[in-house]
Amino acid sequence: MPEPTPEPEPRLPDAHVPGPARTPQEGAIADTGAGGTMDLATAEGESLEKTPGGPLGTGPAEKPRSLWSDAWRDLRRNPVFIVSGLIILFLVFISLWPGAITWMSPLKCDLAKAQEGSQPGHPFGFDGQGCDVYTRTVYGARTSVSVGVCATLGVALLGSVLGGLAGFFGGAGDSVLSRITDIFFAIPVVLGGLVLLSVVTSNTIWPVIGFMVLLGWPQISRIARGSVITAKQNDYVQAARALGASNSRILLRHIAPNAVAPVIVVATIALGTYISLEATLSYLGVGLKPPRVSWGIDISAASPYIRNAPHALLWPSGALAVTVLAFIMLGDAVRDALDPKLR
Amino acid sequence: MLLEVRDLQVEFRTRDGIAKAVNGVSYAVDAGETLAVLGESGSGKSVTAQAVMGILDIPPGRITGGEILFQGRDLLKLKEDERRKVRGAEMAMIFQDALSSLNPVLSVGDQLGEMFVVHRGMSRKDARTKAVELMDHVRIPAARERVKDYPHQFSGGMRQRIMIAMALALEPALIIADEPTTALDVTVQAQVMDLLAELQREYHMGLILITHDLGVVADVADRIAVMYAGRIVESAPVHDIYKAPAHPYTRGLLDSIPRLDQKGQELYAIKGLPPNLMNIPPGCAFNPRCPMAQDVCRTDVPPLYEVSGERRSACHFWRECLHD
Amino acid sequence: MTEPILEVSGLVKHYPLTQGILFKKQVGSVKAVDGVDFALRRGETLGIVGESGCGKSTVAKMLVNLERPTEGRIRYKGEDITKLSGKALRTVRRNIQMVFQDPYTSLNPRMTVGDIIGEPFEIHPEVAPKGDRRARVRELLDVVGLNPEYINRYPHQFSGGQRQRIGIARGLALRPEVIVADEPVSALDVSVQAQVINLLDRLQAEFELSYLFIAHDLSIVRHISDRVGVMYLGRIVEIGRDAEIYDHPTHPYTQALLSAVPVPDPEAREQRDRIILAGDVPSPTNIPSGCRFRTRCWKAQERCTREVPLLAVPEEFRRVSGPAAHDSACHFAEEKRVVPPGQRPPGPTDDLGKEGP
Repeated sequence: MPEPTPEPEPRLPDAHVPGPARTPQEGAIADTGAGGTMDLATAEGESLEKTPGGPLGTGPAEKPRSLWSDAWRDLRRNPVFIVSGLIILFLVFISLWPGAITWMSPLKCDLAKAQEGSQPGHPFGFDGQGCDVYTRTVYGARTSVSVGVCATLGVALLGSVLGGLAGFFGGAGDSVLSRITDIFFAIPVVLGGLVLLSVVTSNTIWPVIGFMVLLGWPQISRIARGSVITAKQNDYVQAARALGASNSRILLRHIAPNAVAPVIVVATIALGTYISLEATLSYLGVGLKPPRVSWGIDISAASPYIRNAPHALLWPSGALAVTVLAFIMLGDAVRDALDPKLR
Repeated sequence: MLLEVRDLQVEFRTRDGIAKAVNGVSYAVDAGETLAVLGESGSGKSVTAQAVMGILDIPPGRITGGEILFQGRDLLKLKEDERRKVRGAEMAMIFQDALSSLNPVLSVGDQLGEMFVVHRGMSRKDARTKAVELMDHVRIPAARERVKDYPHQFSGGMRQRIMIAMALALEPALIIADEPTTALDVTVQAQVMDLLAELQREYHMGLILITHDLGVVADVADRIAVMYAGRIVESAPVHDIYKAPAHPYTRGLLDSIPRLDQKGQELYAIKGLPPNLMNIPPGCAFNPRCPMAQDVCRTDVPPLYEVSGERRSACHFWRECLHD
Repeated sequence: MTEPILEVSGLVKHYPLTQGILFKKQVGSVKAVDGVDFALRRGETLGIVGESGCGKSTVAKMLVNLERPTEGRIRYKGEDITKLSGKALRTVRRNIQMVFQDPYTSLNPRMTVGDIIGEPFEIHPEVAPKGDRRARVRELLDVVGLNPEYINRYPHQFSGGQRQRIGIARGLALRPEVIVADEPVSALDVSVQAQVINLLDRLQAEFELSYLFIAHDLSIVRHISDRVGVMYLGRIVEIGRDAEIYDHPTHPYTQALLSAVPVPDPEAREQRDRIILAGDVPSPTNIPSGCRFRTRCWKAQERCTREVPLLAVPEEFRRVSGPAAHDSACHFAEEKRVVPPGQRPPGPTDDLGKEGP
């Protein structure tokens, strides 16, 4: 076997070409939206790129850019992302340290002040029990955010592992899993919640999270399965297989990084819906129960007094709506950044 | 002249700047004539055709100048609804990918008949009869039985025939075929190209054939316009260009094809990269890749020099190129 | 003549067609490859041509063990590699590498060029010690004509032709003896095709590679191949040295294929005797009896429906020793020159434009 010599080999006469006045990087990824011709315009046709940084050519100054870093660059410029990101950061902050912007306990109520409106020190007024609506709304964020985050993590983990493996290996396991997801899709979420959670006595967030994971994983599993199957068909997976790469290597190195984007997007959007699902279940009385603080409980408690004290209903529902919207907007922005072709 | 494009300019606004896709293209086609527009991807050949057809995506695209004279009228000055009447009825287009150009949920008979119902106000039944006639005409076997079939039930070559039938339905004066046979196999390619040429003769239509394949051009074209970086660099009757190209880019293309009838040693390859359309080199766009480039090529944009009667070349040194 | 490095005999790949969701029953099969034999000699380039769906890509996949053949043997240096597994399979894989068609999907967009070209070393750590790998990758980039400084860039920062070079570098990393190239240039522009073909040619000489070069473009195959096999519907119908196939084809399909190729010479337009085949390629689920080409063949007779023609030197040419005496699977083989001779005779005129800057 011949050894490649480290010194440069004799080249074709036209191998040493001064860098022409363009950088391939700009063209190769410019999603001009002008159809294939435009993309190819700059991506196609090439030469031996032997001279680093000719007079006008591509020098090493050009930074390597991964698709992730491109996505991040896109996100930072997207106002939707900035707005939703700031809202979410604020939510996370107040759920970790609700005391930072409140000055009393959410459980300290004064019946004498029931249904009273806004007054100094109590900007959102009082609810039917005479509790401070502002404090309760702030503390309610903690429940909502932790239920949302934990449920999403659980769903994403379980769903993507099951769906990913099924999509990768196919066969009988895949068929069985597909039928199981079909069955789960047939269960109406609210009815399922009413039935399953009504037998639970514990008043922590865990049964609610468990229920959401149980009913939520098929959604992610389907997405993960589909995107793994799509990624699996790419030639680079075949190329790795032809090199003799093991299944675990192919899954972790080649398929997972390319299949994870849709899962992230769907999970982000789902996070918003889990928060509203928690509120729904609590409203129906099967989720969390007083004395725990949650937007759903407060909305439920305030609804009989909607005529006399609408503020007690509006503030927690407004907070809920803004939170859900923020996560859905974030999901949208992330999708745009991860898949520019969709735009 | 059936169609005359004059000094057409098209640009695209993108995230990273303005891409100048077409920079002053002029060409003309007469009835019964075949003009081949030759170029590599990104040369602007398809964008020009889309502008002529009026199917350019605007935005991001924008026509910044020029005229498109079709049967004496400037299409760019027409209102959208007048333009729509021209499209389909007086000029039609055939695309590369027949499968995605046909509606998968309608039978081919319905799609063909649609043209007559919409443009000619025929009844469904008459339209169906016309559809069968058309399918017969493009030599689809057993047209009467197959008229109810869906696009996916046809092979690639048959689908392209259906596309041709659709384009011909209203007997347009001009057909633009954008890489009509690129997706087809060689033997089917020959069938489809033959059919197209024959129908063109029959209807005495003008045909603009957009392609990157020098072989296809040599087979059917009367005249060629070679495009590079949004400009026509050479235009000539087909025989002249293959005998002695008057532009170094054309010559490079011709030299880089391996020929069936000669086994070469090393293929000639055009060096360098095609220009970025956002940053086209000053002077002649081809100068960084040109073996004949001189100082003047880096500063002065070459006009289309008249080489002879019908020949034009946008090279300052076309004489040297021709006689080399 | 050197001994074959790769020998394929009776290769068959049938994909079962199934119906039903949970309980699948077989209702037929797609006969993608249906009995293929050929040998690839050391240092040689064997071109395989054929239209889409003829099974040429499936043959390629079986050679690099991406698909297991239904039947038949692939012998690498005399050893059957179709049943191998574990360590023996890894060794064989090292020696037979593949270059893919589409430079846009064959490189993982989330990996840097260095990681892509370096991956073979991670999978086969015995080839290069850990500290050495980075240097090897730079060397490979240099060999395929890319700037070694670009090691940390991502595939989307390169153009199509450059990506194909990266794919070639990955294929070369393990120093294979055989490279299976499946349509390596068909996704590229004409001028870039020439650059990549030249690169493949140079690498073959430099590393003593044997190529199996699969393409549908007949002129490119002829340019690069020493021998050429023509495939139709899962079988090789004619095989021989390039001049034998191109200048003295005896199988009607080869003749039709060659005559259909547009020649970039308008003068040849009128002289050329074009054979336009009727109809389309039959479905590989339902292959015609006897000779599989008979449904489109203008010479077909009753015998063609009954007897499968064997791939061998046809009887009428067996006694003569000329370029027509090569393997051709036709009952009525007959020589027919379809490429008009003498266009642009080879000579100094060919070098027009090669003067360089």
